[in-house]
Amino acid sequence: MSSPVDYTAIFIQFIVAMGFVVTTMVVSHNAGPKRKTSDKLEVFECGIDSEGNARMPFSIRYFLTAILFVMFDVEVIFMYPWAVNFKALGAAGFYEMLLFVGTLLLGFIYIWKKGALKWE
Amino acid sequence: MTSDIVFFLLAAISVFTALMVVFSKSPIYSVMWLIACFFSIAGHYVMLNAQFLAIVHIIVYAGAIMVLMLFTVMLLNLNKESEPHKSILSKSIGIITGGMLFLVLLAAMRSTQLGPYSAPETTDVGFVQKVGMKLFTDYLLPFEMTSVLFIAAMIGSVVLAKKERNI
Repeated sequence: MSSPVDYTAIFIQFIVAMGFVVTTMVVSHNAGPKRKTSDKLEVFECGIDSEGNARMPFSIRYFLTAILFVMFDVEVIFMYPWAVNFKALGAAGFYEMLLFVGTLLLGFIYIWKKGALKWE
Repeated sequence: MTSDIVFFLLAAISVFTALMVVFSKSPIYSVMWLIACFFSIAGHYVMLNAQFLAIVHIIVYAGAIMVLMLFTVMLLNLNKESEPHKSILSKSIGIITGGMLFLVLLAAMRSTQLGPYSAPETTDVGFVQKVGMKLFTDYLLPFEMTSVLFIAAMIGSVVLAKKERNI
């Protein structure tokens, strides 16, 4: 049995990870010498002059891919408590999961055949 | 008590980040503050011994849902030049609906009896094993129903977002 106290290590690791990023960024921004010229401060994008601003509307295909990712992400989440109890649940649990995954597989075949995963 | 200190720290972070979500001028910054808010709420779940929920909250909400939120913000085409000015009518509608929600909350607060509440010291319902056993025995039908819900969501998103090829 674990308690919230056991998560202190994870909390400390979280603080260290965040602290490292923040410290590195702050130090590198403030410690070095700076000579600002208009060329240096320009938005740099692979050597090509940038056009417009970042608030351009972009293709909905990214959104479609992301929302399909969320679907299968949640599916995998459901597998985790099942995998922990795999032996305790026995054969019945296995068929329950098979039904769940099978239903999702139908959805996967649907989006595959519809060509939603294709990048035209 | 250390757990009290941790709770108040987490609560302060959650309230502060939630306020920053509302007060940020740029919608992208709002989304970033919302991610911080979700992380602090995951901390609350760990404090309540609901560890499975905490991890799910981070993976699904702070990870996947926030990507969707960012994409939605980026799809909205929020140029500074094309920012529409809200009319007086829509502003007043917003004030009225917000005020009504505030009234409901106020009424709920008034009828609440504030008193000492002793939470059970150690609960183990939030562990992955316990959640799994409950989910795959008592709550089997809702679990299988979620797969149907997933299919509905998949078909809906594909129908909405996929351009049909002309045959």
